[in-house]
Amino acid sequence: MVGDLIKLIVKAPWSARFGMLVILVYAFVALFAPVLTPFGESEIVGSEFEPWGEGGFILGTDNLGRDMLTRILYGARNTIGIAFVTTCLAFLVGGIAGFMAAALGGWTDQLLGRFVDVLMAIPQLIFALLILTIAGTSVPVLIIVIALLDSTRVFRLARAVAMNIVVMDYVEAARLRGEGLWWVMRREVLPNAMPPLVAEFGLRFCFVFLFISGLSFLGLGIQPPTADWGSMVRDNATLITFGDITPLLPAGAIALLTVGVNFVVDFFLHETSGLRDDH
Amino acid sequence: MTTDSSGNGPGNGKDNDILLTMRGLRIEGQADEEWQEIVHGIDLDLRRGEVLGLIGESGAGKSTIGLAAMGYARPGCRISGGEILFNGIDLMAASEEEKRQLRGVRISYVAQSAAASFNPAHKLIDQFSETPVQHGVKPRSEAESDAKVLFRKLQLPYPDTIGNRYPHQVSGGQLQRAMTAMAMACHPDLIVFDEPTTALDVTTQIEVLAAIKDVVREFNTAAIYITHDLAVVAQMADRIMVLRWGDLIEEGTARDLLANPQDPYTRDLLAVRTFAKDHNGDEKAKTPLLAVEGVTASYGNSVRVLHDVSVSIHHSRTVAVVGESGSGKSTLARAITGLLPPEAGRVLYEGEPLPNALEGRDKEQLRRIQMIYQMPDTALNPRQRIREIIGRPLSFYFGLTGAEKENRIKELLTKIELDPDDFIDRFPGELSGGQKQRICIARALAAEPDLIICDEVTSALDQLVAEEILKLLQSLQDDVGVSYLFITHDLATVRAIADEIIVMLQGKVVEQGPKDEVLHPPHHEYTELLLSSVPEMDPDWLDGVLEKRRAANQ
Amino acid sequence: MAQLLTMVVQRLALGLLTLFVVSLIIFLGVELLPGDLAEAILGQAATPDTVAAFRKELKLDLPPHERYFDWLFGILQGDLGRSLANKREISELMGARLGNTLFLAALAAVIAVPLAVFLGILAALYRNSIFDRAINIVTLTSISFPEFFIAYILILFLAVNAGWFPSIANVSGELPFWERVYRCILPALTLTLVCVAHMMRMTRAAIINLLASPYIEMANLKGLKRARIIMRHALPNALAPIINVVVINLAYLVVGVVIVEVVFVYPGMGQLLVDSVSKRDIPVVQSSSLFFAVAYILLNLFADLMAIVTNPRLLHPR
Repeated sequence: MVGDLIKLIVKAPWSARFGMLVILVYAFVALFAPVLTPFGESEIVGSEFEPWGEGGFILGTDNLGRDMLTRILYGARNTIGIAFVTTCLAFLVGGIAGFMAAALGGWTDQLLGRFVDVLMAIPQLIFALLILTIAGTSVPVLIIVIALLDSTRVFRLARAVAMNIVVMDYVEAARLRGEGLWWVMRREVLPNAMPPLVAEFGLRFCFVFLFISGLSFLGLGIQPPTADWGSMVRDNATLITFGDITPLLPAGAIALLTVGVNFVVDFFLHETSGLRDDH
Repeated sequence: MTTDSSGNGPGNGKDNDILLTMRGLRIEGQADEEWQEIVHGIDLDLRRGEVLGLIGESGAGKSTIGLAAMGYARPGCRISGGEILFNGIDLMAASEEEKRQLRGVRISYVAQSAAASFNPAHKLIDQFSETPVQHGVKPRSEAESDAKVLFRKLQLPYPDTIGNRYPHQVSGGQLQRAMTAMAMACHPDLIVFDEPTTALDVTTQIEVLAAIKDVVREFNTAAIYITHDLAVVAQMADRIMVLRWGDLIEEGTARDLLANPQDPYTRDLLAVRTFAKDHNGDEKAKTPLLAVEGVTASYGNSVRVLHDVSVSIHHSRTVAVVGESGSGKSTLARAITGLLPPEAGRVLYEGEPLPNALEGRDKEQLRRIQMIYQMPDTALNPRQRIREIIGRPLSFYFGLTGAEKENRIKELLTKIELDPDDFIDRFPGELSGGQKQRICIARALAAEPDLIICDEVTSALDQLVAEEILKLLQSLQDDVGVSYLFITHDLATVRAIADEIIVMLQGKVVEQGPKDEVLHPPHHEYTELLLSSVPEMDPDWLDGVLEKRRAANQ
Repeated sequence: MAQLLTMVVQRLALGLLTLFVVSLIIFLGVELLPGDLAEAILGQAATPDTVAAFRKELKLDLPPHERYFDWLFGILQGDLGRSLANKREISELMGARLGNTLFLAALAAVIAVPLAVFLGILAALYRNSIFDRAINIVTLTSISFPEFFIAYILILFLAVNAGWFPSIANVSGELPFWERVYRCILPALTLTLVCVAHMMRMTRAAIINLLASPYIEMANLKGLKRARIIMRHALPNALAPIINVVVINLAYLVVGVVIVEVVFVYPGMGQLLVDSVSKRDIPVVQSSSLFFAVAYILLNLFADLMAIVTNPRLLHPR
C-alpha cells in the first residue's frame, strides 16, 4: 500500500507533485494555525487598512484593523475545515443512497432517482440561497444544506459506478452463493468503486470549497467574526480600486488549493481509470 | 481465388505477379509508456488474386500485420522495422498522402464488427459511394449502380433499396456483407478481412463466408483473411500462415498444411476438438438430479424468452444446451438459479420443488447448484486474492477457518492443476484467461455442488486453452461425479463433452435426447441447419455444403 | 418517427412536471421553517399584534394549498406579488434587471461558445501535443478559480492599472447598444473565462471519445482526407454531445451570473436575489429563484431534446 503510494508519487508529473505539495502545506497551516499566527483570530490590533509591513503587520490590516496574515492562516482552518466536513457528509449520504439504489433497484431506485432529478433541476446556488433565507445562516445549517444539495451529485456517481459493478458476474456469483446485501456491498462493490469515488471526492471538495467561498463572498456563508477567505475578499474589496492587491490574497489562497487538488485528481483519474486518450 | 493453389504456380511470371511483399516486418506496441515489440520480423508474400490466411490465437499479431499491409498502425502501435512493398510502392517510405490515396482504392479493409465500423449517421449507400467518389474513381451515379450489383452478388435482400437504410436498420450478417461490398467498391487489388465472421452465429457465418468467397473469386481480388478458426480459414485461403506471439510458426498451401502440419503448434491447433468423452453417469436413473418442468419466463412484461421448456439432468451427466444468440439458452440458466423467477412451470431438485426465486432458497439448496461464467475476467472480483475468492464458499457453506480452510484451498488449486503456493496470494489480474477460468471452476467446486451450470465457459478463450478447460471439467466429473448443464453456441464443444443435447431456438426446445441420437439423422430441420453450418477442416467443405443446399432447394 | 415523437413528448411532459414540482418546492420551502414565518422575520421582540397583522399581509392565515395556487396563478398572469422590504411590485423590481441579466449572459455566451468549441476540437485533434497539455493545465487552473478571483484580477489589470474598462458595470435603460457592451465587457469576460474552460474540456472529451470509434478508423482505412473524416464522420455524431455541453454551460452561465453581478455591481437579477436574501425578503427571493430555476430547467430540457432529435437511431427507426 505504502509502496504503491510512493510509486505513484514518483510517476507523477510536476503538476500533480505541485498539487500534493500545496495540499500538504494547506493541511499543515490549517492544523497549526494558532501556533503560526502572531495575533488572535478576530483581535483588533491596529488601525484600518494599514499597508504591508507597517507596524509589524506583514500583510497589513483589514477593514477593522485585524492582522491580515493572522486571518488568512485562520481562514485556512475555517474554510477548509467546513468544506471538508461538508464534503464528507455529502459522500456519506449520497454514497450510501447511491449504493442502495444500485443494489436494490426497483422502487427504491426509481424513488431516489426521481427525487434527485428534481433536486438537481434547481440550480444549486439558487437552492442554497432560498434555503439559507428561510433557515438563516449559521455554520451547521450551511454544512447540512450544502452537503444535502451536493449529495445529489454524489448519489448520481455512486449509483452509476455501483450499477456497473453490480452487473458483474462476480456479484451475481456472490448473490447465487446466498450472500447478504451488506456483504455484497462491502466486499464486492465498495473495493471496486473506490478509485472513481476518491477522485470524485477531490472534485466535490473543490466544488464545495468554491461554493462556500462564493456564499461567504456574497455575505451569506460563514458569518463574521470568523476568519474566512470568501468574506475577507468581500470585506477588503474596496482596496482593489486603489491598485492594492490585498483582497486578492485570500482569493488566491482559495484558487491555489483548488488548483492543487484538481491537479492531483486529474493525475489520479488518468492513472486509475485507464481513461487514456490513446487507444 | 486462383484455381491454382500451390505456392509457386507454374507459368507465372514470378516477380510481376507479386502484389505484396513484407520483409522482416517489426511492429511495436505501447504498454505502460514503454514500447514492446509485438511482431518480430515477419516475411510475407502475396500474389495477385491469392487468398492468404493468417491464423493464430489472441496476441499472435495477426490483425496488426493485416493493417500493416495497408501501411497503417493503430494508435499505440508503430511499425518499427522491415520493408512493405505493395505493387512496387514502398509503404514504409511513402508519405501519408500517398498511403491515403492507396487506401480504399487499391487496398481495402473489412472489420470484425460491421455494426461499429459503419457510421451510424449515414446511409449504407452514402458510405459505399464515398470511397469511389472521394478518390475520383467514378461518379456518384456509377458508384450507386455498382453498389446494387455488388449487393446482389453478396446476396443481400432488396439489393436495389437496401442502400437507403441506415446501419442500425440492417442485421449483423447483412451489415458484414454490406461492408464487404463497400471494400469492393473500387475493385481493389487487395482486401484485408479482419475476422469478418467471428461475431456472427454459425448459420449466418456460412452465408457470409460463401458470399465473400464468391466475390473474391469473381473479381480475382487478392485477400488477407485473418481468423483464429482454422476450419474457417481452410475454406477461404489458398495459403495459410500460422502465427504465434508475433512469430511465424509455419506456412504452406492450405491443403498441405491441413494434411501435413509440420510444427507441433499447428498440430495442436488441428487436433483441437478431437477430444471426446466416454459415456458415463447413470442414464435414466430413478429421479433426475434436476428437472425443469414447463418453464416459461420473460424479461419485464413484454419479451417472452422461454416458452414451456422442460429439461432433466441426471447424476454425473453432462447436458449441453445449444442454440444461437437469442435462443434463450442463458435465460434457462437464470431461470434455474432463480435469478429470473419463471412465470409458469417449476424446477425440481431430486424430486423436490425448488422455490422459484433466489431469495426463497436456503443455503443448502444454493450450495448444490453452482455456476461458471463465460467471461472469467468479470466473474472474479479484481480486488480479491485467490485465497479469498476460493476461501469464501468454504467458510460460507462449511464454516471452515484457519489451517483447515487453507489446506482445502490448496487442495482445490491442485485439483485445477495450478501450483497452490504460487497462486494462492495472487490477484486475478495476475493470471491468464485460462487460469482465471480454472479459478472460477475451483470456486464452484469449493461448494461441493451436485450440479454446475457452465454458461459459454470456453467461448471467450483461445482454442487450445478452451480444450484444456474442457478436459479439466471432464476429469473433475470422472473424479467427483458432478453433473454439468453446459450452455454453448459451439457444436464442437457439444460433441466433445455432452451426454445429452438440447437444441433451442427462439426460446423453445426444438430437439433433445442423447448425443448420438441428436447428432445423427434424422434431425429436426433446425438441428440439421445448425450442424451443417459448422465449418470443418476440409477445404472443400464449404463448396460441398453449398452444393448440397442448392440441390435440396431445387 | 413515432418513437421519436413519443420520446419528445415524454421529455416535454417531464420538463413540465419538473417545473411544477420546482415551483412547489420554492413555495413550500418557506413552510418548512420551524415556527412561524412572521415571527421568524420580525424577530423575538415583535408584539403579538404586529405578528398577526404581518401574518395577514403574507396571507399566512389561509391554508397552504390555497396560497400556493393563488401564487402560481398570479405568476402565470404576471403578478408576482409585492416586496416585503419596500412594498413595491416585484414585477416592477424585476423588469429591467431581467433584461440586464439576459443581456450579460448572452454577451458572455456569444464570446464563449464559439471559442470553447473551437479550442476543444483543436485540443482533441492534437491530443497529447504540447498545445493540448498546455490547454489542459490552463483550463484546469481556470476552473479552479473562484469567479470573484478572476473578476478582481481583471479589474486590477484592465480597469485600475490599464484604465481600459470601467470596474463598475453601471448600465441603465437608454444606453446605446455598443456603450452597453463596453460597460459589460469585464463581467462578460469573467463569465467567459470560467465557462470556456469547462466547455472546452467537455468538448475535448466528447470528441476524443468519438475519434476512438471503429467507424473513424474505417474512414481512415477508406483513405479519406482528414478534413472529410472530421466534417463528415466525426461532426454529425459529435453534434449531440457538443450541443449538450454548450447548453449545460449556458445554464451554468445564467446562474453563475449571480456572483459576477455582485462584484461588478451590475443591476441584474443576481444582485436582486442576493440583496433580497440578506434582507430576507421572501416573496422577492421566491420570484427570482423561480426565474433562475425556470431558465435552468428550460435550457436542460432543450439539451435533452436536441440529443433525442439528433440521434440517427431515433430519426430513422427500423
